Amino acid sequence: MTAPLLVFGWGNPSRGDDALGPLCIEHLRSLSLDAARVEYQEDFQLQIEHALDLVGRERVLLVDASLDCAAPFEVTQLQPAYDAHLMSHALTPAALLQVYAELRTEPPPPCTLLAIRAERFELGEPPSRAALINLEAALRWAKAWLTD
Amino acid sequence: MNSPLETATNPQGLRRVAIDPVSRVEGHGKVTLLLDADKRVQQVRLHIVEFRGFEKFIEGRPYWEVPVMVQRLCGICPVSHQLAAAKAFDRVIGAPITASAEKIRRLMHYGQVMQSHALHFFYLASPDLLFGFDSDLNRRNIVGVAQAHPEIARKGVLLRKFGQEVILATAGKRVHGSGAVPGGVNRHVSAADHVRLRGDVAQMLAWAQDAVEIAKQLHAQNPALYDHFGAVPANLLSLVRADGALDLYDGVLRARDAKGAIIVDGASAQDYLGLIEEEVKPWSYMKFPFLKSLGSELGWYQVGPLARVQNCDFIPSPLAEAQRREFVAYGNDQPVHAALAYHWTRMIEMLHCVEVIQGLLDDPDILGGKRMATGQRQHRGVGVIEAPRGTLFHDYEVGDDDLVTRCNLIVSTTHNNQAMNEAVRSVAAQYLDGQELTEGLLNHIEVAIRAYDPCLSCATHALGQMPLDVVLLGADRQTLDRVTRSPHGSFCHEAIASGATAR
Repeated sequence: MTAPLLVFGWGNPSRGDDALGPLCIEHLRSLSLDAARVEYQEDFQLQIEHALDLVGRERVLLVDASLDCAAPFEVTQLQPAYDAHLMSHALTPAALLQVYAELRTEPPPPCTLLAIRAERFELGEPPSRAALINLEAALRWAKAWLTD
Repeated sequence: MNSPLETATNPQGLRRVAIDPVSRVEGHGKVTLLLDADKRVQQVRLHIVEFRGFEKFIEGRPYWEVPVMVQRLCGICPVSHQLAAAKAFDRVIGAPITASAEKIRRLMHYGQVMQSHALHFFYLASPDLLFGFDSDLNRRNIVGVAQAHPEIARKGVLLRKFGQEVILATAGKRVHGSGAVPGGVNRHVSAADHVRLRGDVAQMLAWAQDAVEIAKQLHAQNPALYDHFGAVPANLLSLVRADGALDLYDGVLRARDAKGAIIVDGASAQDYLGLIEEEVKPWSYMKFPFLKSLGSELGWYQVGPLARVQNCDFIPSPLAEAQRREFVAYGNDQPVHAALAYHWTRMIEMLHCVEVIQGLLDDPDILGGKRMATGQRQHRGVGVIEAPRGTLFHDYEVGDDDLVTRCNLIVSTTHNNQAMNEAVRSVAAQYLDGQELTEGLLNHIEVAIRAYDPCLSCATHALGQMPLDVVLLGADRQTLDRVTRSPHGSFCHEAIASGATAR
């Protein structure tokens, strides 16, 4: 049975603030909410086959670190879109939804992007203090999203 | 024999064109061409900057850490490195692994090859094959395939995902898991995973058969292209089972010459240094392996699906064996060396993988039984496996303190180095000779490289959009012409002489 809610975070835990996505998942998972209602997933990058993880969901929350968004976080309702930056191993969220739409010939479920402000993605560094403060704020928002 | 285009007779005064970088997994590669005044190709070299640092990183580490560490060599086939290392350290442990452990490892490995082959064919190669090498760049990607051929794309994505699910069930994670350990495995397949995989495998089998048909149809539709593009007569090297069957996990080494005659057979992987030597060339960072018995000029070879399917006597699963026979018949019982035939054989192997997975899922040994073996401690072990792109050697020496004292790795890209160089030369001579540079022509070079080793197009995570920078220099080293393609896929042609720029 597919859980109606999916929270998917991505990033490299070894690259400084890029760990924010997986860290967010780790914190939310520790809440031990109803497993039948919420599924958590994490990966290093957003990949084409992750489009299939959206199948059968009521709502999806995608969580990533961002060097571009305003602190502490930004929330965006996603729409499918082609991506000029298309990669084999790293899609943008909008391109992922486009892949879903093409493969399933139906609109994807409502997907929300939670972009958490990051400062540095240096290899081998721990997350920065500023990023962890932003994560705290983002977690409060994410918990509310889960109970909507 | 090496192509005369490897080294120009008189390079002075020739114009140099560089495709730099052509990307790969560990580092970057580039293609350089030397052209004469009539734009005729005089020299072509594929340079691959191979990252061998792992062999040093691993020295001084406890051997039981190594199967996990070496997975970081590759983001596409980490399982192959994990298993090759684990197999080498099985020798150090000093005992053959248990039946359960071998079957779980085989399940992991065939899942790995399946997902990698699906990734390569559907994500990386199919945009070129379905739309054309010089088709609209904006459409030449997997999303373009999904739009134009949604059923093909959907099957490709789901085939890859199933392979990843097999890895997840056996290694604990889709990428960089930890299932194989020296002496065995650290987990059985869970009952829940077993039920789930068994529920899907029949569908995967049907889709894998469809994939072979797609590859076959592509050849049938354009034999003039598919039979000759990047064709180089090469020796073939791979593992085969002791009875000559295709085996991707274990076996003995066999080599055939370009006409199909067996020149080495039954060689133990433990003695690979007696079979293979690596030549160093001054213009490349990557070594050029060759069969010692033939020497460096004649002894270079192809590895990977094209070599494996033609090197074995049969494939030990009925559907794939039927397809192998058809492929052999297509070549009139002579080895096929065309670069694009890699795709056909890759799909035959993917079908075989699904058949093997289906059989293993019916075997109770993957759900229970002894996982670990122990024996008399040894100080050296060689692990060899057929990774998705070819034969992979891991060779380690371990001290009494359990720390690794020496490591030697020969990966598939290295084995294919000379063959890829020859293929690029063939393509350059046929398609670039005397031509003005265009994105489509550059992609012909990528297509030839990609047929051998998708790692080259994955190093920068690009999909049909490797960043390329081709510069035409005059004899006085002045830039005359430049074509660039950014990592984001935008294409820019600067006609330096006229000052015009087109995008």
